[in-house]
Amino acid sequence: MNGDEACCEAALAAGCRFFAGYPITPATEVAESMSRRLPEIGGIYIQMEDEIASMAAILGASWGGVKSMTSTSGPGFSLMMENIGLGICTETPCVVCNVQRAGPSTGLPTLVAQGDMMQARWGSHGHYEIIALSPSSPQEMFDFTIRAFNLSEYYRLPVILLADETIGHMNERVVIPQEEDIEIVNRRKPTVSREDYLPYEADADGIAPMANCGDGYRIHVTGLTHDDRGYPAMDAKAQEKMISRLVDKIRKNRDKIIRTQNLYLDDAEVVVVSYGISARSAMQAVRDARNEGIKAGLIKLDTVWPFPEELIRSVAPRTRAMIMAEINGGQMALELERSAGGACPVSLVSNLGGKILHPGLILNAVAKAATEKP
Amino acid sequence: MTTAKAVKNVPPHPMDGLLRTERIPHIWCPGCGIGTVFSAVLAAIKNTGWDPNTIAMVSGIGCTGRMAGYIRLDSFHTTHGRALPFATGLKLAKPDTKVIIVSGDGDLFAIGGNHFIHAARRNMDMTVVCVNNFNYGMTGGQQAPSTPLGAKTTTTVNGSPEEPFNLCDLAATCGATYVARWTAMQVRSLRSSISEALEKRGFSFVEVITPCPSSFGRRNRMGTALEMMKFYQGRSVIRSDIDPSEAVVDIDREIVVGKFVDIERPTFMDHYEKVNRLNLPQWRAMHPDHQKGR
Repeated sequence: MNGDEACCEAALAAGCRFFAGYPITPATEVAESMSRRLPEIGGIYIQMEDEIASMAAILGASWGGVKSMTSTSGPGFSLMMENIGLGICTETPCVVCNVQRAGPSTGLPTLVAQGDMMQARWGSHGHYEIIALSPSSPQEMFDFTIRAFNLSEYYRLPVILLADETIGHMNERVVIPQEEDIEIVNRRKPTVSREDYLPYEADADGIAPMANCGDGYRIHVTGLTHDDRGYPAMDAKAQEKMISRLVDKIRKNRDKIIRTQNLYLDDAEVVVVSYGISARSAMQAVRDARNEGIKAGLIKLDTVWPFPEELIRSVAPRTRAMIMAEINGGQMALELERSAGGACPVSLVSNLGGKILHPGLILNAVAKAATEKP
Repeated sequence: MTTAKAVKNVPPHPMDGLLRTERIPHIWCPGCGIGTVFSAVLAAIKNTGWDPNTIAMVSGIGCTGRMAGYIRLDSFHTTHGRALPFATGLKLAKPDTKVIIVSGDGDLFAIGGNHFIHAARRNMDMTVVCVNNFNYGMTGGQQAPSTPLGAKTTTTVNGSPEEPFNLCDLAATCGATYVARWTAMQVRSLRSSISEALEKRGFSFVEVITPCPSSFGRRNRMGTALEMMKFYQGRSVIRSDIDPSEAVVDIDREIVVGKFVDIERPTFMDHYEKVNRLNLPQWRAMHPDHQKGR
């Protein structure tokens, strides 16, 4: 099956029973699959009037106690930013799949890019933390979609699946595990009475148990800065407390959230860092480099946000050079440079969208870095 | 927790059970008509006799949107204009919940206009109460899609050059099953219309012409809050069951009020069950929590 279809099947396996979306290339197949599959198993598919409404609807459905998701591409992702912020502020579990195409604006609707990396990180206004995963194959589209639901339910926020056109449309074998072999995480529910329940009072790990609409807790949920009761609190102190917790619940759990796949890292002199479809080009380049006797290694970012700062910081000092391979003008390259902190030179191999990276391009950069004097 | 009861000489209000009394005093200006509309909404909810745990209120942003913060129900104060799509998701995820949307004319018909016409078209089973005060109150009185032609606001100091929407006509055209308009002074009619709207299957809509003395009234020299109330009431003419396109709101001549639409039409869920040849109550029995392990 293709990546978009794998995303749909994984969402259903993860327990998603509500999808709201709007047609957009190259993510349409996610919605089409959902529209066929959801009614078969007692779920709701609705095509909304735009992506703003789609994002609002999945938040509403999530408060109704149903796991929900939407899928889109660049232009729709832009429209979703407003209510992604509402989801972060109100701590609403849901999944947003962005099958990236080249932008800005309408750009290249049918062609690949990875230009929404920073938009995924900072696209909604204000200061916050986000979780984003980047699959490199239809199989990972399946696996990461399930993980996206689990992370969203556990950490209570919209989790973004940053796929791309090539992965979305690529047909590959996907192994769907037996139901009992799929790990499912569900939101923590309150255990106290209505009188004692404070909707935004967090447990020790920074996560607050979530009462759904209709559970009898009569919650108030607002996108205004709020206190533990969920009531608007219009002052700097309340803002500091709320934002700190929203940030800390992700930052302090980085080690549990961040996953990378490392190849030949132990003795690598040149380390390529990449993600999504570009990681496949990078993997080929690193293998080719090894065949040529160059000590190259790969860090494939399964979790792109939060960025694995600690890993990069530990690897950089024992590396001659690091290279970011991505299909944009150098977005994650800046993150890599920041995390390397000057311990090694960092360069970029990229194109600006419309085609995938040729492994030879990355191999050339690796070979050049391996021979350059530090 | 502090409650209104802690304040001296304030007897319990009959609606206290439906209020987050610890959040009172509210933010609305002296003389604002929203409080009147809010108590009509509360009375109508009480009148239904429904279990409060099965009712949810969803609002957008603006003065009226703050109602959701004062009602002791599951309540959602969402983003500007997006109450209806949020409510759509909530309703479809939990079809047995009664969903009430309260918001202003700017929220529902300018930034949220697209969502309004589609929610009405789909006949989502929910009730919308729109407080129409002819301007954006929260931000200090700017022009809205309901501002009368020639009326002054902070962004139309020489008078608005735009013709406003007839909100009831728009709702009816888009497919609402129940449409009514009253002024905030006509409390009994308003209360019974909201009650009818709540009981109505499908997309029901009640518009309330409401004084905003601090902004709209002040800039258009309409006098005190009470004078404004009386002015709107004096201009109002009850013409129930007329074609909503003829139910004009012209503050210089007449404000037509009444119930204009009360029809039956299958809801989104009715159609969804039918086209998918499935029976949703049965699905819900099969999937008690919609998903495994929830």
